[in-house]
Amino acid sequence: MTNDAPPDPTQTQSRKPASAETFRGESGAVPARPPAEGVIPTDASASERIVLDDLRIRRALMRIAHEIIESTGDQERLYLVAIPNGGVPLGRILAVNLREIGGLEPTLGILDTTLYRDDLASRGIRPRLRLTEMPSSVDDCLVVLVEDVVNTGRTIRAAMDALMDFGRPRSVRVVALVDRGHRELPIKIDYVGKNIPTRPGETVQLRFTGDDESGSMEVVVQAAPPRDVSDGQGGSGKQR
Amino acid sequence: MSRVLIRGGRVLDPSVDHDGVADVLIDGGLIAAVGRDLPATDCEIVEASGHWVAPGFVDVHTHLREPGQEYKEDLASGGRAAVAGGFTSLACMANTRPVNDDPSVTKYILDRAAKDSPARIHPIAAATRGLKGEVMTEMVALREAGAIGFSDDGEVIMDAAVMRHVLEYSTLVGVPVIVHAEDCGLRCDGVMNEGIVSTRLGLPGNPVEAEEIHIARDIRLARMTGARLHIAHVSAGGSVELIRRAKEEGLQVTAEVTPHHLTLTDEANSGFDTSTKMAPPLRTARDVALVRRALAEGVIDCVATDHAPHAVYEKDVEFTAAPCGVTGLETAFAVVMDLVRCGEISPLELMRRMSTSPVRIFAIPGGTLVVRSPADVVIVDPAGEWVYEPGDGFSKSRNSPWAGHTLTGRVMATFVGGRLVYQARRGVVVQ
Amino acid sequence: MIGQDLLGIEKLDREQIELILETAERMQEIGTRDVKKVPTLRGRTIVNLFFESSTRTQTSFEIAGKRLAADVVNFSTGASSLSKAESLLDTAKTLDAMDPDVVIVRHRVAGVPQRIADELKAPVINAGDGAHEHPTQALLDMLTVRQEKGRIEGLTVAIIGDIAHSRVARSNIYGFTKLGAEVRVAGPPTLLPVGIESLGVKAFTSLREVLDGADVVMALRIQLERLAGALFPSVREYSAVFGLDRAKLRFARPDAIVMHPGPVNRGVELSNELTDHRPSVILDQVRNGVALRMALLYLIAGRPSALHRE
Repeated sequence: MTNDAPPDPTQTQSRKPASAETFRGESGAVPARPPAEGVIPTDASASERIVLDDLRIRRALMRIAHEIIESTGDQERLYLVAIPNGGVPLGRILAVNLREIGGLEPTLGILDTTLYRDDLASRGIRPRLRLTEMPSSVDDCLVVLVEDVVNTGRTIRAAMDALMDFGRPRSVRVVALVDRGHRELPIKIDYVGKNIPTRPGETVQLRFTGDDESGSMEVVVQAAPPRDVSDGQGGSGKQR
Repeated sequence: MSRVLIRGGRVLDPSVDHDGVADVLIDGGLIAAVGRDLPATDCEIVEASGHWVAPGFVDVHTHLREPGQEYKEDLASGGRAAVAGGFTSLACMANTRPVNDDPSVTKYILDRAAKDSPARIHPIAAATRGLKGEVMTEMVALREAGAIGFSDDGEVIMDAAVMRHVLEYSTLVGVPVIVHAEDCGLRCDGVMNEGIVSTRLGLPGNPVEAEEIHIARDIRLARMTGARLHIAHVSAGGSVELIRRAKEEGLQVTAEVTPHHLTLTDEANSGFDTSTKMAPPLRTARDVALVRRALAEGVIDCVATDHAPHAVYEKDVEFTAAPCGVTGLETAFAVVMDLVRCGEISPLELMRRMSTSPVRIFAIPGGTLVVRSPADVVIVDPAGEWVYEPGDGFSKSRNSPWAGHTLTGRVMATFVGGRLVYQARRGVVVQ
Repeated sequence: MIGQDLLGIEKLDREQIELILETAERMQEIGTRDVKKVPTLRGRTIVNLFFESSTRTQTSFEIAGKRLAADVVNFSTGASSLSKAESLLDTAKTLDAMDPDVVIVRHRVAGVPQRIADELKAPVINAGDGAHEHPTQALLDMLTVRQEKGRIEGLTVAIIGDIAHSRVARSNIYGFTKLGAEVRVAGPPTLLPVGIESLGVKAFTSLREVLDGADVVMALRIQLERLAGALFPSVREYSAVFGLDRAKLRFARPDAIVMHPGPVNRGVELSNELTDHRPSVILDQVRNGVALRMALLYLIAGRPSALHRE
C-alpha cells in the first residue's frame, strides 16, 4: 500500500512483526514480508473496483521496461530505487524485465521515505518505518524511483530529499504503476502504467490477490474509507 | 454562653463504659450532667442526633515545631488543626529549636500554648540533652516545669547504657519514657520499608527488624529498670508480639500507633510521592493487619498521629532527600474510622483508644464525660463525607497522603473546657 | 506513542517494546550512510536534564537527536541553576515554559523523572533514576540480543553483579521476561535485593549455576567506592568469585554472548580479554544505543497539544 495520501493506521497496525528475521531477508533482496501491508482487510461493505488485474500490471511493467531502455543512454549506471511497500515487488519485476529484454543488470535498492515526510508534525501516530537497503552509492547514477501509486506527489518529493542524502545522482526519473493525478507539488511521472481518474475521497491500493506475496497482484479502488483501526497510540495527551 | 446542652447524640464515654443515646449538659466549663431527656433550661442547644458525643480526642505524639520552625507549624496553627480534628489535648515532642531539654523551653511552650492554642498542650521533654543520646536531661526539673513524659523522638538513643540509665532515672519522676524504636545501623539509608516494593522501586529499604530489634532491647531495659516505657508509632507485626509478651509479663509497657500505619501499606510509596514518606515507613499488608488487630485487642493502647508538618518546598525534592513525616491531626478520626467500618473495633473501644487510654498512660486530664470533669467534648458524624484539601485546612503544612481524598467521618464540633472552639460549619472559633 | 512518557520498562507491554525495537532496527541503517541525518525532527527541541552526569548516555542522546535534525539542549548540574535547593516542581515549570518536545531526565534518586513528568506537558524519557529503571539501556540490550541471536523468546539471560543497586538489572529483567526469555540473576547474597524472585527471575549465588545453559551473559558494573568493605569484603574476592573470564565463561553455552552496560571495571567484572574480544558485544551495545534512542525520539517527541489532527 503506497498512496501518496498519508498512510492510514489500518495498514501500519495490522501487521505484527514477529521477529528480526522478517526484516532481514537475503542480502540485497526484498524482505519477505512487506507486501503484506499491501494486503488490506477487504471490507465487504465498501464498494471497490479492480482497475488493473495481474495480467495488465505485468504488461504495463513490460512496456515500461521497454520505455526505460529506449530512453536511457548509459545503461550501466541504471539504479532502480523502489519505494516500500508497493514499489518493491514492482521494482523486482522491472529488474527482471530489464534483464530479459535488454540484458541489463540494474542495481535494485529500497528507500523508505517515512522519515522525510512533510506531514509527521500533524499526525497523532508516528508511522512504522520500513526497510531501507541501498546496496551501493547513487553518485552519478541514473536513478529510477519505482512507486505503485502516485497521487499528490509528496511521497516522490520525500524520496528525492532522501536520495539527495545518499549522494548526487546524475538524473532521477519516476516510474508509477498508477497515476491518480491530484498533484499538490510539481512532480512529473516519466513512466506511467495507467492513468486512473479517481475522486479525492477514494483510495487506490496495490495488493496481492492471494495470501502469499509471490503470486498475482491487482490494483483496487475503494470508495469508502478503509476501517479505521485506532490503537490508542499518541494523539490526545499524556498517558499517565 | 456558659451552659450548653448537647442533645440526642450517641454518648460514648469509655471511662464508664457508657454507650447509648443521651444528652450532655455543660455548665461553667465542666460536665454538669449526662442523661436522657435533660431539661433544656437556660442553655444553648446543640443538636447531636445521628452523631456521636465523646470525650475530646487526645494525641500524645505531635510535632508542633515551636519554638524554632514556625514556618512549618506553631502552637497556634497546631492547636487549630487539633480542634478541627476533634483533639482537645495534645502532647508535643521535644525536637524543637532549641530542643526542649531545659525547663525554660518547657515553660515557654506552656505560656505560648495558653495564649495561642485552642487545644490543651502538654510538652514532652527530651530524654537526653540536645537529643544527642549521651547525657540525660534534668527530668525532675522538667517534670516540675510541666513535662508529661520524656522522649528523644526525632532521634534514637542508640547506646544501650544511656537508655538504661535514662529509664532507670525516669523512675524518680514516674512518667513514661517514649521511644522511637529504630536501630540506626539496620535502618541504614532506608527511606521506605524493605521488601518487594522497595526492590521494585529501587529505593533503599528500612527492614522491620530495625524496629523489632530496638523494641526488644528497650523492653528488656524496661524490665531491668522497672521504668514505664511507651513505644511510639508501632509499625511492624513482629513488634506487636514483643509488646504482647511484655504486657503478659506485667511490665509497664504501653504502645501507640498512627492512623497511617493502620491503613496504608508500602504500595502507597509506588508513585514516589514524598507525602507517603515517614519514619517508621509504611509496611506490608501483613503488618497492617497485625497492628490493626493489636489496636482492637488493646495490645496497642492508643492512636497517636505523629503529626509532622513540613514545608512544601522541603518535601518537593527527590524521595531520598525529603524529610520524613506527614500531618495527621485533621484527618485522624476519618482514617481510623476504617476499623469501625470494617467491624474490627466497636465505636466505644475506638473512642477509648482516642482519649481514655492515652490520658491514663500520661496522667493528664481528659478522656471522660463524667460529671464535674472538664468539658472537653467532641461531636462527630461517623458517616459524614468530606474532601480533605490541606490548603483549606488549619495546619500550615500540606504534607498528607490524603490530600484531595474524600474521607468518611467528620468532626462536627469540639469543646475545650466547655467552650466551643470548632464547629464544622464555621471553622475554628477564636476567642 | 507521541507525547507519552517512557519512565520504565515495567509499564510497557510487549507490543510497545517490539515497536520500539523494530523502529530502532530501521534507524540503524542511517548510521551506515554517508550523510547520517534525516530531517524528521527538524525544529523540535530535545532537552537533556542530567542531574547525574553521564557522558556516554548524554552523548548518545545528543547524537540521536542531531541525527534526526532536532535541536538538543543540555542541562547538567553545575552548568545551570540546578542544585538541591531548586525544587522539582520549580525545575519542571521552568522547563515547561521553554516548550520542549521531549525532556530526558537522569537522576541519582529513583522517582525524579516521574515527578517531573507529572508536572511537564512534554513527554519525559527516563535516562536512569537511582536503582529504579534505565529503560533505554535495557531496550538497546534487547536490540543487541535480538540481532545477535535472531530472537529473545526462549533464551536464557544471566545478569551478574550488584543487582540490588542496579537499574540496568531491573529494566532488563522486565524487558527480557516480557519478551519471553528466562532471566536469572546472580551475585553475593548481600547484593541480591529482598524479594527479587517476585519480578519473575531465579536468583543464584553461584556463578557456575547461573551460567549453566545461558545464552546471554550480562555483567554489571560494581561500584567499588561505595560497596567494598561494607557489602562485600574486597574487590579481589568479588573478582575471584563473580568476575568473568574465558575460563569461567565455559560454563555457559558455547555460543553465549557477553554484555556490559559500561564502563567496565577491567579485571573485576570482566577480564580484559572478555571486554575487548568476541563473544563480547559491548561496542555493539554502544552503537545500538544511538539507533535505539533515535527510535524513541522519533516515536515520542512531540507535544500532544501541537497536533491538530489524528
